[in-house]
Amino acid sequence: MSSPPVKLIGFFGSPYAFRAQAALCLKGVPYELLLEDLFGTKSDLLLKLNPVHKKVPVLLHGGRAISESLVIAEYIDEAFDGPPLLPTDPYDRAMARFWADFIENKLTKPFFMAHWVEGGARERFEKEGLELLSLLEAQLKGKKFFGGDRPGYLDIAASALGPWSSAIQEVMGVTVVKEDGHPAIVQWAKDYSSHEALKPCIPDREKLLAYFTENLERYKTAVNTMLQQQ
Amino acid sequence: MAAKGGGGDLKLLGVWDSPYVNRVQIVLNLKGLSYEYVEEDLLHKSALLLESNPVHKKVPVLIHGGRPIAESQVIVQYLVEVFAGAGGPSVLPTDPYERATARFWAAFVDDKVGSPWHTILFAREAEEKAGAAARIVTALETLEGAFRDCSRGRGYFGGDGIGFVDVVLGSYLGWFKVFEKMVGVRVLDAARTPLLAAWGERLAAAGPAKDVLPDDVDKVIEFLQAFLD
Repeated sequence: MSSPPVKLIGFFGSPYAFRAQAALCLKGVPYELLLEDLFGTKSDLLLKLNPVHKKVPVLLHGGRAISESLVIAEYIDEAFDGPPLLPTDPYDRAMARFWADFIENKLTKPFFMAHWVEGGARERFEKEGLELLSLLEAQLKGKKFFGGDRPGYLDIAASALGPWSSAIQEVMGVTVVKEDGHPAIVQWAKDYSSHEALKPCIPDREKLLAYFTENLERYKTAVNTMLQQQ
Repeated sequence: MAAKGGGGDLKLLGVWDSPYVNRVQIVLNLKGLSYEYVEEDLLHKSALLLESNPVHKKVPVLIHGGRPIAESQVIVQYLVEVFAGAGGPSVLPTDPYERATARFWAAFVDDKVGSPWHTILFAREAEEKAGAAARIVTALETLEGAFRDCSRGRGYFGGDGIGFVDVVLGSYLGWFKVFEKMVGVRVLDAARTPLLAAWGERLAAAGPAKDVLPDDVDKVIEFLQAFLD
């Protein structure tokens, strides 16, 4: 029995929308991508289907709308046949969810602030971000991916640490992650970005660089606002 | 099939007034599981806690067969998966879309209710606390609609049985009463959110929750004050 078609509302440049795409690619589910414009007006469709948060990504599957990138990733794992994204053992699943939560609630902010913040404040974000990155890196434990031989749920959760971290570092002219400091993560980023199954959805590097260059002032303004609120 | 009762294999590190700990206790009760409970002193954390949750150094931590799991929603999902055969409601539905809906609202609760909860406890200024209480009121107004959609006329977000969103949101019920005294705001009010108000009474009185959720408002305030001093 065939499943109804899948559509994904996202926008180019969003690592959250990318997580949903990565889950679809890794599970082997065909989908149609509907692109929103981040800094433009949100479409009526988006506002109707994610009235609570009004954000991308939103997955549409046979009249159902699912929001929140990690919720979407688990839905994709459970609703479709294909290689498993989460481990089968409950303890391993708990660990994958724990570290995804860690990325979301502990690591992301200081790590990415270290990319964007200029001047004196950068140092403390870098110190904190890199210490936290080391904790995550330890979870690779000699494997190629967090999911083992193949990327899984935690790799999907960590997506922004790959192409986005690299592009932002280049556009900002900074080096946050050094190979001698985090060799396993640096290798992971290369392997993840070049993985066969992700080829259809990994953002083109030149295009991503152009996206950040074009929107530099907007990101810097948003970052400064966050800094002032602290 | 997992052994009922946990076989003396389950240990929970917690503090009695933490919603994050309470929700794990409610699920353990729902599943009829016996466990060893260790009350932590957060000002003098035990070596076991620090070893078991070195990343966050927080409660709750569930230790099962010697292996630690941290983060309350992660723990709840773990228990539900491991003890699926243990009886009681399934807590998480079997349908992937219903599971996604439950996870979505659980995330919403800890973000839009949990964050302001934290502010009310730890912010210094009365103004900050009042602002946080207002944010909880707004969140509960959204959750009133979610309850209507999820419950479909039954008693809980989970339908006839207590579910994932019930335990996540329900774990704050004791504190909602505390906030009336602390901030002078009744965040859960039948006049504003009648379905949720009725749900709150129902859940707080339910077997698995009634001896878990703190109900002595003065005791909670006293305990918090001692911690802050």
